[in-house]
Amino acid sequence: MALSRTARLSLRALALAYLFVLVMVPLGLILYRTFEHGLADFWASITTPAAISAVQLSLLIVAIVVPVNVAFGLVTALALARGRFPGRGLLQAVVDLPFAVSPVIVGVSLILLWGVNGWFGGIARAGFQIIFSLPGMVLATIFVTLPFVVREVEPVLHEVGEEQEQAAATLGARRWQTFWRITLPSIRWGLAYGVVLTVARALGEFGALMVVSGSVPGESQTLTLLVHARYIDDHNVYGAYTASTVLMALALVALLLMTMLNRKREEA
Amino acid sequence: MSVVVGARREGGVRGRGRRRTRAYGGGVGPLGVGVATLWLSVIVLLPLAAVLAKSLEGGLAGLWDAITAPTARAALVLTVAISLIVAAINVVVGTLIAWVLVRDDFPGKRAVDALIDLPFALPTIVASIVLLSLYGPSSPVGIHLNATRPALVIALLFVTLPFVVRSVQPVLLEVDREAEQAAASLGAGNWTIFRRIVLPSLVPALLTGAGLAFARAIGEFGSVVLIGGGIPRKTEVASQYIAKQIEIDRPEAAAAVSVALLAAAFVVLLVLRLIASRTQRHEAAEA
Repeated sequence: MALSRTARLSLRALALAYLFVLVMVPLGLILYRTFEHGLADFWASITTPAAISAVQLSLLIVAIVVPVNVAFGLVTALALARGRFPGRGLLQAVVDLPFAVSPVIVGVSLILLWGVNGWFGGIARAGFQIIFSLPGMVLATIFVTLPFVVREVEPVLHEVGEEQEQAAATLGARRWQTFWRITLPSIRWGLAYGVVLTVARALGEFGALMVVSGSVPGESQTLTLLVHARYIDDHNVYGAYTASTVLMALALVALLLMTMLNRKREEA
Repeated sequence: MSVVVGARREGGVRGRGRRRTRAYGGGVGPLGVGVATLWLSVIVLLPLAAVLAKSLEGGLAGLWDAITAPTARAALVLTVAISLIVAAINVVVGTLIAWVLVRDDFPGKRAVDALIDLPFALPTIVASIVLLSLYGPSSPVGIHLNATRPALVIALLFVTLPFVVRSVQPVLLEVDREAEQAAASLGAGNWTIFRRIVLPSLVPALLTGAGLAFARAIGEFGSVVLIGGGIPRKTEVASQYIAKQIEIDRPEAAAAVSVALLAAAFVVLLVLRLIASRTQRHEAAEA
């Protein structure tokens, strides 16, 4: 259909105006608010003891969650892509489940399972605290990021097929050799993409952590919880803006990496 | 998050025999399947089962009472109504944006295209802060939407922006332009062409995008927690209600509303999967 010039321009203007008001203006404004007092204030605001410990906690959670998700994600992807067993369809559905569950419900479910009065409450009563402590925050983050590695790796496994692995096995390679030399190299970009998605989501998770963490400054407060606490509890709006800007910068890095990896994947 | 519906590629390996799979070391074997099952059970299934069990502690009647308690019901009704509005706006605006990104050409188009993904990459609490800076108490343009229902709509529109755009875009790219030209040469106006030729081919993608946006919106927490205000019976959405019940130590009420939300999300995603498999069969039959 050939639109008239006026029609085309007005459609374009409408679409851009929507994006402008909804996304661009607020983003620009927050950057302005962050830096309007200069870089020194910004730096001071993101290097307070509470902020530094929040960054450290966020990074610690990422450092635990990523290897765990990679290991179990690869096993799950391989089982789903290569295995034929009863209940495989069900397992597929369970992998997608975290996408459909609200972060707050993730938090509630973990409290009901691991909390003092939960099904596994015995562990907490024995003195190993899970909820309102690091293990609970790690469990919550694993829950919400679980699908990423599996969902990025599994289609690649289907695509590359099993011929090379079979050839390696025929030539006498062991399982581990086949995995390291054949399987892993062929899925590396898919895996990398899954890891970036996991990191981005882990850094940004808020709802589930809000419920299970207790959000004690300097102790169980991640960067996202710090933003919330600064705005609500401390009425430190500027501090909330600066912490948000740090998170935004991290998100932007993730977005750039995703674009790069997408290009790599298309080349491969 | 198109992965939910899109990327489910069942490979064409079904016909191969069991013996052949065992003959090489590529798979993970029964042990791997066991590990994967155990892993998914402990991380995902058991916690959700605990929620379901908690919600049913007082029997089905107790579950129903907890869901229909005045504040809970108000939160659920508000959540579903706002999410429907958000999905509907996304259908219209998302189609418009996808159209402009596919059929129009202007400087900076690639940057705008990249901008669409930003709400996915941005942490939800940042989305809340970002919108508060413009529409909150210190708004430079004097718009104060803090703790109002329109603020909820705006926050949810922000986080659900990519769904419809990203599901419609690829379909628009592949749509048959010759049919449009034929219709135009037969004297059809632009509006008729859009309604009779373009729109029908977009319907599955629109439903998918709207469904995903709806499912995301009903569970959303981080982006509405600050700007929504969480005033009971006015701006409190279901996820805020759940969080509050946990805070005041009423886990049964939290579990009951959680089950209601989960049920709504599952129904929507199930319908989407049915639509997706029907369109696939349809396309396969045409090809």
